[in-house]
Amino acid sequence: MLREGQVRIPSGCAISGIMNKKGKCFNGGDIINSIAVMHERSNGLGGGFAAYGIYPDFKEYYAFHFFFDNSSNKEKTEEILQQQFIVVKSEPIPTRKVSSIKDVPLIWRYFVQPKSKLIRKINLTEDEYIIRFVMTVNSELEGAYLFSSGKNMGVFKGVGYPEDLGDFYRLEEYQGYIWTAHGRFPTNTPGWWGGAHPFALLDCSVVHNGEISSYEANRRFLEMYGYKCALQTDTEVIAYIFDFLKRRQGFSPEMISATVASPLWQEIQKMKPSERKLVQAIRAVYGSLLVNGPFSILVGSKEGMIALNDRIKLRPSVAATKDDFLYVASEEAAIRAVCVQPDVVWAPRGGEPVVGIVEDMTKPKYSQREEKLAINS
Amino acid sequence: MRALDAKSLDYKALNIKIKSYLSSGIKELVLDNVNGQRFIGDGLKGNCKIIINGIPGSDLAAFMDGPTIEVHGNAQDGVGNTMNAGTIIIYGDSRDTLGYSMRGGELYIQGDVGYRVGIHMKGYLAKQPVIVVGGKAGDFFAEYMAGGIQIVLGLNLKQEEKLVGNYCGAGMHGGVIYLRGDVDPAQLGKEVKKMAVTEEDLNIINKYVVNFAEYFKMDREKIMSKSFIKLIPYNKRPYGNLYAKW
Repeated sequence: MLREGQVRIPSGCAISGIMNKKGKCFNGGDIINSIAVMHERSNGLGGGFAAYGIYPDFKEYYAFHFFFDNSSNKEKTEEILQQQFIVVKSEPIPTRKVSSIKDVPLIWRYFVQPKSKLIRKINLTEDEYIIRFVMTVNSELEGAYLFSSGKNMGVFKGVGYPEDLGDFYRLEEYQGYIWTAHGRFPTNTPGWWGGAHPFALLDCSVVHNGEISSYEANRRFLEMYGYKCALQTDTEVIAYIFDFLKRRQGFSPEMISATVASPLWQEIQKMKPSERKLVQAIRAVYGSLLVNGPFSILVGSKEGMIALNDRIKLRPSVAATKDDFLYVASEEAAIRAVCVQPDVVWAPRGGEPVVGIVEDMTKPKYSQREEKLAINS
Repeated sequence: MRALDAKSLDYKALNIKIKSYLSSGIKELVLDNVNGQRFIGDGLKGNCKIIINGIPGSDLAAFMDGPTIEVHGNAQDGVGNTMNAGTIIIYGDSRDTLGYSMRGGELYIQGDVGYRVGIHMKGYLAKQPVIVVGGKAGDFFAEYMAGGIQIVLGLNLKQEEKLVGNYCGAGMHGGVIYLRGDVDPAQLGKEVKKMAVTEEDLNIINKYVVNFAEYFKMDREKIMSKSFIKLIPYNKRPYGNLYAKW
């Protein structure tokens, strides 16, 4: 079977996200019911979910989710994993039989901590160490795909309609404070398990409806910073752009939006001088991270959720709030399916981010983490 | 009048039921608990009436030719796509590409509308489609508009809010836009010009505001008491010389 990268897949899709601003956890039932309403936006060739706060008992450890083509791929990968990490727990990800979900790969998860001796030796932060491992697995190891690598969060995805995959992965058994979902409509190829959304790196996950025409320009820029776009799908670059701007450059959600969905030059001319200077500087330095083409994305992280549309809004999105909940979806019906009477419903403008921050998580945690190297081994 | 609970029906089952009710001679149908079912009213002919309670899915009333639809809730994308005749009254907001390529009939929206409303709307002789928006419109309003009438009333606008977004009338080459209030020329596409309204224009506006006020139980005189401007295209063929000079 040809995988993505060998064949191009333009897609039209559905996205939905729910978060609780107080960090209160709820099960995966709502997000399944929400994405199911938009069944017609997908065609059964890809669906997936990202969930935050689901592994409280192992929250100090990176939760690696893997697909393996066969058991020999798995053994080989585990050998490398054990050389570089302390593995505190490994298990198959629990699933149930669903008739529409076929050709299932081996799906395993590992809770790990990098060996500090190795981190010190190559003088990297823990995050960089993880990223390098993810890049190596996905671009060099055969038949192994590491699709989720954050702490206390996880991605669950595959080939099928999203509501069937939610059932397959038994998401009603997990409790999370942010859930995002994606229903896929690839039109040119069969689709494969690794090519489904969300795409994730560390705790940053992306679901995306649209098509990125700036993929090549974005990819070349990211490669200078060690990101390898192994999957050649447009959404993969968005995940890395957010990791780069948010974690490494410390950008605020607004500055990230001004980079990837920069206002048109004629809008920049109308800005106040201080604002204009900032946006012009961003365009000058990070012009290669401007994302062109139609898109509507939802980016999850442990601190919250950002929804963003391309600047001329060529894809739909609707947002709503109800008490401590924030909802964003491709269609209002997907929100009403789980929240009959929201307090406010609105259609965000193109290039205008909807930002949900989980309270008490507003302080940047990344800089602290860089100081803290692993203590074991 | 018949009522139909749409709760557990997908769009196919719902639309089959709607069509079978209407073909049995029922003239008024109430759909309860609609949430996201697409294509309601598509291609329907005749003079029946459908009352929707809930959020109808995208492409509501596409190619519709005659019926009346009331929506008690917000509508989604693509309402009235290529609609030929009939009336849609939305007691809420409507999203992007409302009235896409519409060529006849009337749309009345109590609240706000999204991006690219009335894109490619067209008119011919007596067949002039009409869109009346009670609130405000998003960017690219009336993009490539070729005919018909669009009216934006901007009722209950908040401070700083604008009647229409940017690139209003971009590529417009026919028809007319009436705005209740003014617009910054920087928001306009370069194919349209701002004009004062005439007595004849006010008569046209009034005709549709009468309907709007009746549907949404508002004071017609109060709506008409504020001044209007109109936007019309400079040229019927703005791109006639884009690729060739003859």
